[in-house]
Amino acid sequence: MQLEKFSYDNKIVKMFAFATILWGMVGFLAGLFAALQLVFPELNFTAETTYGRVRPLHTNAAIFAFVGNGIFMGVYYSLQRLCKARLWSDKLSYFHFWGWQTIIVAAAVTLLLGFTQGKEYAELEWPIDIAIAVVWVAFGINMMMTILKRRESHLYVAIWFYIATWVTVAMLHIVNSGAIPLHFMKSYSVYAGMQDALVQWWYGHNAVAFFLTTPYLGLMYYFLPKAANRPIYSYRLSIIHFWALIFIYIWAGPHHLLYTSLPDWAQSLGVVFSVMLIFPSWGGMINGLFTLRGAWDKVREDPVLKFMVVAVTAYGMATFEGPMMSLKNVNAISHYTDWTVAHVHVGTLGWNGFLTFGVLYWLIPRIFQTKMYSTKLMNAHFWIGTLGIIIYVIPLYWAGWTQSIMWKTFTADGVLQYNFLETVTHILPMYGLRAFGGFLFIIGAGIMVYNIMKTVQSGQLLDNEAAEAAPRPSLISTDKKYQGAHWHRWIERRPIQLLVLSLILVSIGGLVQIVPAFLVKSNVPTIPSVQPYTPLELHGRDIYIQDGCYNCHSQMIRPFRDEVARYGDYSKAGEFVYDHPFQWGSKRTGPDLARVGGKYPDSWHYYHMIDPTSMAPGSIMPAYPWMVWKEINVDLTPGMIRVMQSLGVPYPEGYDQIAIDDLYEQANEIADNLKNQTGENVLATSEIVAIIAYLQRLGTDVSKEGPAVEKQEVEEQ
Amino acid sequence: MKFINYLETITGIAVFPFISLAIFFLFFTGVIIYALAIRKETIEELKQIPLDNHKVDSDVENN
Repeated sequence: MQLEKFSYDNKIVKMFAFATILWGMVGFLAGLFAALQLVFPELNFTAETTYGRVRPLHTNAAIFAFVGNGIFMGVYYSLQRLCKARLWSDKLSYFHFWGWQTIIVAAAVTLLLGFTQGKEYAELEWPIDIAIAVVWVAFGINMMMTILKRRESHLYVAIWFYIATWVTVAMLHIVNSGAIPLHFMKSYSVYAGMQDALVQWWYGHNAVAFFLTTPYLGLMYYFLPKAANRPIYSYRLSIIHFWALIFIYIWAGPHHLLYTSLPDWAQSLGVVFSVMLIFPSWGGMINGLFTLRGAWDKVREDPVLKFMVVAVTAYGMATFEGPMMSLKNVNAISHYTDWTVAHVHVGTLGWNGFLTFGVLYWLIPRIFQTKMYSTKLMNAHFWIGTLGIIIYVIPLYWAGWTQSIMWKTFTADGVLQYNFLETVTHILPMYGLRAFGGFLFIIGAGIMVYNIMKTVQSGQLLDNEAAEAAPRPSLISTDKKYQGAHWHRWIERRPIQLLVLSLILVSIGGLVQIVPAFLVKSNVPTIPSVQPYTPLELHGRDIYIQDGCYNCHSQMIRPFRDEVARYGDYSKAGEFVYDHPFQWGSKRTGPDLARVGGKYPDSWHYYHMIDPTSMAPGSIMPAYPWMVWKEINVDLTPGMIRVMQSLGVPYPEGYDQIAIDDLYEQANEIADNLKNQTGENVLATSEIVAIIAYLQRLGTDVSKEGPAVEKQEVEEQ
Repeated sequence: MKFINYLETITGIAVFPFISLAIFFLFFTGVIIYALAIRKETIEELKQIPLDNHKVDSDVENN
């Protein structure tokens, strides 16, 4: 048969490889900085560098910049070879590359400036969201067209994972980013409260599933056999792994919302599917590790395989731990603590980090036609990185467990033994150790940067790698040839059908959970006393979101004895119906704020914002002294009201015209209060007045008609 | 965009768990039958796809 000559594009692979290294370092350093801020709060220098803005920068950089570029590097290298075809369009490849890097830079700048939608891992504002969609579509077209133009008739299982990744991430991103813009850099989620929480964690959990996991499993199925030079242990298992994983994963989101105001049926669904997830996940891990059976001597000598073995092992540990943490009794202890943070870092540092490093060490010398500069340095990276992960996660497991138990401890007299701050200061040494672990991980990565630089210098990039392959036999003749007995080949040869089937599968979980939560009334029992926010409170809420308060404070009291004793009555879905977006949070580095309203006088908040340690000695919260002189943009008020009205918040007709009057009235009242209590002349339009208005409102609606509501509840019970 | 509640309850909800179980059972049985039904030779062929490039780019593979 006549062989066709063509070439593989290695240049685009190199560009994405360098990008993943660069952004990896940026993301790791941002993480180290945030970790140090928890130990040394004085490191919160300006509004732009406060923990609440740095932490989203760290998570977004790690997920979308480091892992994102890692995905594109690995997909573009392996896809060309698995399809025996050059990427469909060089132009699209470079548009994809530069588009993605521009988005990363825009994200870094806007997050630090406080432009955020206030939903974890989906913080970026709407213009960037649209840019992400455009670049993602470009990637999808380039990938699908390459697959359609392939010379290999079969679609290797890695490609299945790539296709499912693409279609699912597109769906998640579009649905969760639904928002109405107020202006160029501000928008409000179209969903509110419990429904917003459900959509967000359907997205958030599947960002882990379909951005951090499925594409990397595809990379594992390609690069692990390559590095070990032996085929995958069981191809049958990989088929079951794929379909089971994508079908089950999409349902697991509600395990982020256990014991919250999410309806019980949705929580139960999340738990059941999370527990089931252990089977496909471990199927994948076993498939990876067993590929090395009989070749463990190679692992001893080849650092690339060492990195991959630790990566797959970390995947196994994280996917065992995940289902365990989804059990409600375990979640009652682990949620809101550093246990969750340790868990995700086993995944990102171990699984994503080490697999990326392994792939880089394997791929760079090949495209640069040389050998790695130093195997010793690769080994040094491996051991320092592994040690770094261990020193990172163990103190955090310890801290999470300890803090949770301290939260739940009562004295013999039946009162809470520790105030919240005591539980924080107690675990600060663990935070210090964690930062040290992260530092070691970065030292390891730094060694890699040096090693790769030296390697690149000693080699020369093979821009276009010559290849040849026979053209793909036409589908029709293949079908005739294999008619009957090979009915099951139908799907593995047809990428479009595979894409559609994947989309149908991953849609089922989302639809079953989200549609009833929106359409069935009983899921959000209404509370008559819950009213929309006042205009000033809306401004305060925007500041709360802008400064990323949700990164450390939850607004969700779970129905536990200690939480009710500490924070007040447990939270109800009906209290959040005007929260666009919801701000339930996922981690309590500071106390819950769902019922902070009316707990302290205005002056307490005033002093606390300027210097938290003045009201709470030992507090690690950043100081926000600039809130006293920074002003809110009052002119935005009518627009805010109109956007809220369009989202169904029942402000009276024409209220946008008079909202400013109400705003000034409330602001002056708070400023007068502060004058009386502190003697300071506080600007009525300052940020501090708005944030105080918002904080003093939180959780108070229910108690406005306290006795009546409580009575009604007692009757219901 | 307004999301208002359209339904008070879902009629016939009791049948949903049975439908779910049936979908699950059929789906996983289907996937397992599908995986087991593939001929051994085909599986071997599929497994080798990533390693196939040896023939083509052996010059950069013998590292």
